[in-house]
Amino acid sequence: MSITQSIVDAVCERAAGRPVHTVRVRVGELTAVVADSLRFCFDLTTEGTVAAGAVLDIEQPPGAGRCRACSQDFTLTDLVLLCPCGSADVEITSGRELEIVSMRVG
Amino acid sequence: MAVPHVHPHDDGPGHGHEHSRDGLLGPRVGRGHPAAAVRAAAPGGETVTLEQRVLAKNEELAAGNRAWLAGQGIVAVNMMSSPGAGKTTLLERTIRDFTGRRPVAVVEGDQETMLDAERIRRAGSTVVQVNTGAGCHLDAEMMRDALTTLAPVPGSLVLVENVGNLVCPAMFDLGERSRVVIISVTEGTDKPLKYPYMFAAADLVIINKVDLLPYVDFEVARCEEHARSVNPGLRVLAVSATTGEGMRDWYDWVAEQY
Repeated sequence: MSITQSIVDAVCERAAGRPVHTVRVRVGELTAVVADSLRFCFDLTTEGTVAAGAVLDIEQPPGAGRCRACSQDFTLTDLVLLCPCGSADVEITSGRELEIVSMRVG
Repeated sequence: MAVPHVHPHDDGPGHGHEHSRDGLLGPRVGRGHPAAAVRAAAPGGETVTLEQRVLAKNEELAAGNRAWLAGQGIVAVNMMSSPGAGKTTLLERTIRDFTGRRPVAVVEGDQETMLDAERIRRAGSTVVQVNTGAGCHLDAEMMRDALTTLAPVPGSLVLVENVGNLVCPAMFDLGERSRVVIISVTEGTDKPLKYPYMFAAADLVIINKVDLLPYVDFEVARCEEHARSVNPGLRVLAVSATTGEGMRDWYDWVAEQY
């Protein structure tokens, strides 16, 4: 809920009174944020603000990692960091994003 | 005495650069939402690029807390666990054992009641209770306000007992020096796999209540292995806050944070 509140606060601040129609966010698949819950909370949180009724458009970059041992890039479906080569020395390259991308106002 | 001072309205990354990019979201606008679709189609609409982290404001406040704490030589440790893992008992023992060694101050986060704050005060520490109400975690603003009230002396140890929850507290930086997850042997060995975000964000795991190991089905080595699968560099300590077993390792770890 406070994730949604942070989104709505930032959006309303930047909208400066203009009605907000769409808000686009980027929520990586390796974050603990669930898209459906975010949508549900967004509708509740925007009520009574300039963003009331706005559509929340969620981009979900999939998880990806790079092995520091063998330099291989591979898909990560969870936070268990294990390269197919057996090394656990893995850098997460995608999937941790939690960003407000843009919004449509006016 | 000086208190943390931050400016929540300072321009952070992503501020101050509005780009009009009409049409960028064209094909997606209004999908599944007729009212918004009608409004979005109105002439004069504008796409504003934000490209900012959702938690940017919290991160700014946390950075302010961190800078203030560092300036005072204070180490703040964010302690997180499920309800019932023994955080408060661990804190009580730590406070008693630190008497005469280092001043300890406690930020006590709970949804309701002053019960834990009273236990901590009886153990001999200054404490501020933060009731989050419906909120499931502490955030950097609550931490700033708590530090202002608590006014910990330079060089002290600030222990933050976060709300009992293994999900949300992982996402909110308070400006702490380190993050500790406490699990008890009465929980499942596989807890690190069930709550990977929390374990991925931690610096130390304390396995508490090891005095109960003979009576429960908990494998310490296996739990460590699970925790390291999501966070290879993780330190793991096994303690009993009730009997005192292993507590010295925890105090040594605290000393290393300075």
